[in-house]
Formats: sequence, structure tokens, C-alpha cells
Amino acid sequence: METIKIILEGLPTLLKGMGLTIEVTVISLILAMFIGLVLGVFSITKFKVLRAISTAFVDIIRGTPLLVQILFIYFGLPSVLDISLTAFAAGVIAITVNAAAYLVEIFRAGINSIDKGQMEAGRTIGFSYGQTMRLIILPQAIRRMIPAFVNQFIVSIKDTSLLSAIGLAELTLSGQSIYAANFHAFEILFAVGILYFVIIYSLSLFSRWLERRLDVA
Amino acid sequence: MSMIEINNLKKSFGKLEVLKDINIDVQSQEVVCVIGPSGSGKSTLLRCMNLLEEPTGGDIFIEGDNLTDPKTNINELRQRLGMVFQQFNLFPHMSVMDNITMGPKRLKGKSQAEVRELGTKLLEKVGLVDKADVYPDNLSGGQKQRVAIARALAMEPRIMLFDEPTSALDPEMVGEVLQVMKDLAEEGMTMTIVTHEMGFAKEVADRVIFMDEGYIVEQGTPDELFNHPQNERTQAFLSKVL
Ligand SMILES: Nc1ncnc2c1ncn2[C@@H]1O[C@H](COP(=O)(O)OP(=O)(O)OP(=O)(O)O)[C@@H](O)[C@H]1O
Ligand SMILES: [Mg+2]
Repeated sequence: METIKIILEGLPTLLKGMGLTIEVTVISLILAMFIGLVLGVFSITKFKVLRAISTAFVDIIRGTPLLVQILFIYFGLPSVLDISLTAFAAGVIAITVNAAAYLVEIFRAGINSIDKGQMEAGRTIGFSYGQTMRLIILPQAIRRMIPAFVNQFIVSIKDTSLLSAIGLAELTLSGQSIYAANFHAFEILFAVGILYFVIIYSLSLFSRWLERRLDVA
Repeated sequence: MSMIEINNLKKSFGKLEVLKDINIDVQSQEVVCVIGPSGSGKSTLLRCMNLLEEPTGGDIFIEGDNLTDPKTNINELRQRLGMVFQQFNLFPHMSVMDNITMGPKRLKGKSQAEVRELGTKLLEKVGLVDKADVYPDNLSGGQKQRVAIARALAMEPRIMLFDEPTSALDPEMVGEVLQVMKDLAEEGMTMTIVTHEMGFAKEVADRVIFMDEGYIVEQGTPDELFNHPQNERTQAFLSKVL
């Protein structure tokens, strides 16, 4: 009973944190999907410069720890550039950039998995490269990419907990702030874990439903 | 004016020179069959004709328009050239009707009603009206290829290019596809066909071109080429395939 009372007392704060976690995740993933798609297409064009941009981005981001990236964006950049970022903005940028780097690879592999005869058939009809990509290649590729997308989304949701390091009151930091005051770390962290699980499990269920709907081959 | 005029065409992949000095003139309503051993460059030649492969040298004119001129709008020009592939390359995420109609709908701005009518007409022509709403995965090879032909025709091309359209088919389905192609030839479509079907070439072609190692070795009417081949290599090739 005591446990439940502690959790219920902390719940409003935790739910607020959970809201912020979801908000950061959703904004970041929408931006990351866009960047991932663009750089993914860059990585398969015949233009060397575009391929180099894409490769450099992916290699740098994947080759450094996310926590370092977060700290770099929040503390590092403002110290040399004349900008100041809120923890929220820095968090969104960090999660976006990080997720985008992994999504580039997912887009690249997904587009490459489509038989090159599809591009040739589209071009032969008279569609431009962009039209063929949009109307013929991507609709097929994206269906195949759904499981990989969801996997990355789940990773990104968990990654947002690192934003507690720059003082963003997302779910993890909300929990920390509660047990720093009431010393009930076990109960509160248990509740934090459950709330993460709820977000991630809902996403998994949604993706399974979507895969069935689209009948992924 | 020639429908297709090819002058001194060369094509290399890296160090490998696949087309060495190709000159061809295809007249309106002419049916040209290209034959030759595997690796002789037949597909590459056909793919150069609509710039799926970029020539390394020479010129290609389609109805007088220079294909390799950077000023040429290649997307517009390709609409005049229908192409049918060995592997069909239908769009698996679209119904048969959508496969056929997406080109005219998106590129020619035709209405849904117009393209539906066009699609039905073309499906009648290839004998597949009842398959309009089926997805390609549920068709046999021969049916897929007939849909692919209908899809190419939907753009109302001036020229049709075929790259071994029956080579991926089970023997019992070859006939139905060749029949559709014969009908097209009879209607006066200008066609260039890479094929291993010598019987078809004899019957339908106005001209047969024999290619070997990147050159046109010999060409002539089916009677000239099949019954009185002049070149040794043509003779050797024909003795193997006939
Ligand atoms: N994209 C490519 N890159 C490198 N080499 C290629 C490419 N396409 C074709 N080739 C080579 O060019 C040569 C001619 O190929 P092509 O496909 O034109 O021959 P083909 O006459 O159509 O043969 P087949 O009867 O087997 O279809 C072959 O040696 C082939 O390996
Ligand atoms: Mg070939």
C-alpha cells in the first residue's frame, strides 16, 4: 500500500516527464525521418559530393557516443558560437541527428533492396528520377523498412533518457527529482520503467498492426 | 526521316568495350530483330536506344532528335519509346490497371475516366480484361509480360523496344506473348526486338541484324540472313541455334 501511495504521489510529475519524453521523441523522429530520407537518397546517387556528405555525417554521428553529442550541442557549441540553446532544443537536435544517422542506413538499404528493374521501368515510361523514386521505389521500400524504423524509434525513445544529463525534465530526470526528495528510489524508478515500457510497447503493437495492414512481404 | 538512326555508337563498361562501332537505321513501321550470342552486346545496344545506358561515343537520333544532346528532354523523349524487359518489371504494389494507367495519368494529365478506358482497351488487346484489378504477383509469366506490353503501349509510343521478352517464360507461355507482338507488327508499330526466337524473327521481321562481339556482323531480310548467311560467324551461330 505504501508503495502504491508513493508512486501515486509521484505520478503527476512522472506523467509530465513522460509527456516531454514523447514530445522530444516525436519531434526528433519526424525531423530525423526527413533528414534520413534525404541523406539516404544522397548515399545512392551517382554524385560523389552528395555521397561524401552522407557518408561523413553517418560516420561521425555513429562513431561518437550520444551522451558526448548531447553535451557537445548543449555546452560545447554555445561556448564558441554566439547562440544559446534551451535544453529542449539541444535535446531535439541531438536525438534528431543521432536517429537520422541510423535512418540513413535504413533508407539506403531499403531502397537498394528494390530490384533495379523497377527504376528502369519507371524511367522508361518517362518518369523522372524523383518521380520514380516517389511513386515506385519508396512505396515498396518503405513497407520493407517498417520493422527497422520501429527498431530505431524504440532506441531513440530510450536515448532520450540521456537528456537528463543536460537538465531536461523528461521522464528519467522527473523520476530522479522525485526520489532525490523522498528517497524512494526503488518505487519511483520502478514506475519510471513501467512508463517507458508503456510507450515502447504501444509502439510495438502499433507497428505489428501496421505491418499486418500493409501485408509486408 | 528514320525513326531510329544510330551512328558510330560505342559503349564501354570500364575497360570492357561492349559496343564497338554500331550503325543502324530503323524506318517507320519497320520490325527489326537483333540476334547474336550471349554477351555480344544486344541488350546494351537496346538500352542505349533509350539512354538506360549512356553511350561512350557516337550519336543516336530518335525521330531526328539527338538522344545524347544534353539539351534534349530525356523524360519526354522516352515517352515515345516503349520498352519491354525480359524480367517484366511490373510494379508489384499496384494493380494491373494502375500499372498500365499511371504513366498516361501522371505524365499526360489524362483524367481517371480517360485512362481507365484506355487501360481497358489495352487489356482487351492483350487478352487480359478480367485481370484489371489483380496484382502482378498473381499472374503467370506470360500474363505479366502481356501486361508489361500494355503498360508500354499506354504511353502511345512511336517505337517499341523488346529485350528478349519471352526468355524468362515457360515454353507454353511464349506463344501468347509472341502473338501480341505479331499483332502489334501488323498494326504497323515500329519495333526493335532482341530475341532468341528464330522462328518469330523469320516470320515477323523485316530485317534481321546479327551481332557478335560488339559489332553488327551481318544484316538483311530474314531470307537473306537465315537462308543465305554470308559471314562465317553468322553461319556458325545459326548452325548452333537453328
Ligand atoms: N552494367 C554493366 N557493367 C559492366 N559490364 C556490363 C554491364 N552490362 C553489360 N555488361 C557486359 O557487357 C557485355 C554485353 O552484355 P549484353 O547484356 O549487352 O549482352 P547480350 O548480347 O544482351 O547477352 P545475352 O544474350 O546474354 O542477354 C557482357 O560481357 C556483359 O557482361
Ligand atoms: Mg541481353
